Amino acid sequence: MFQQQSAISRPASAILETNKVLRNTYSLLSMTLIFSAVMAYIGIAMNLTQGMGLVSTIVGIVMLWFVLPRTANSTSGIPVIFAITGLLGLGLAPMLNYYLAMDTNIVMTAFGGTGVIFLGLSGYALTTRKDFSFMAGFLMVGMFVVIGAALVSIFVDIPALSLAISAVVVIIMSGFILYQTSSIINGGETNYIMATASLFLSLLNLFTALLHLLSAFSGRD
Amino acid sequence: MGWEKIGTALLMVAMLIFIFPRMRQALKHSPKGTTSDWKGFILPVAGVIGFVIFLIMMVR
Repeated sequence: MFQQQSAISRPASAILETNKVLRNTYSLLSMTLIFSAVMAYIGIAMNLTQGMGLVSTIVGIVMLWFVLPRTANSTSGIPVIFAITGLLGLGLAPMLNYYLAMDTNIVMTAFGGTGVIFLGLSGYALTTRKDFSFMAGFLMVGMFVVIGAALVSIFVDIPALSLAISAVVVIIMSGFILYQTSSIINGGETNYIMATASLFLSLLNLFTALLHLLSAFSGRD
Repeated sequence: MGWEKIGTALLMVAMLIFIFPRMRQALKHSPKGTTSDWKGFILPVAGVIGFVIFLIMMVR
């Protein structure tokens, strides 16, 4: 009842604007995901080295931090978001090559699992129309702690720590999907390019964490 | 230690530096959630955890 009242209390133009942002975000997200998958496929076919993958990822992240915020309010943001997602997809190729050589089934399961989780969480946020803005602090602290732990795990090889990081990443990325979707619905995010970038990153991190968990528990990693 | 490891570590340090001010801002300005709000978050996340356990059992 409260949700109906809050929807009615918003002006019709605001609701139309929200629906437009939501539609544009999902359209752009699907296109960037396809483009990223094509770039990852090219990287796999080229047998991209880990070093090249890392360089591609770094360039993508630098563009995400410094170029996208300056271009997101204009049409030039579209090629920028495609460049970023393409570079991040290309950066994924060495890792995908490694897992594909181990077991194709695990990569496909992680891919399908990511899709199901995303659809489920988006569906939950869209149907309940709950406001998840209270989670911002929790998610940012979680992200900060996870990156710190991942930094430690580079130098200290503890398999249990690595698995724990992946498990926490799945939970945090699920939280980010809920937070970002509710932010679009409730008018907090009005820029579909920025919304696409946020959701893309959540999906990418969710996929890699799921891939790591599945390969570790299958006994192949 | 390979240069890839050092590069990854530097990238992560940069991420921590980049996230820190945003984290502080989010902690200061984000609204506090009620018990009901947190239940609304825990429910779908519990579903995700259950689904991941199901996937793990599938690939074992």
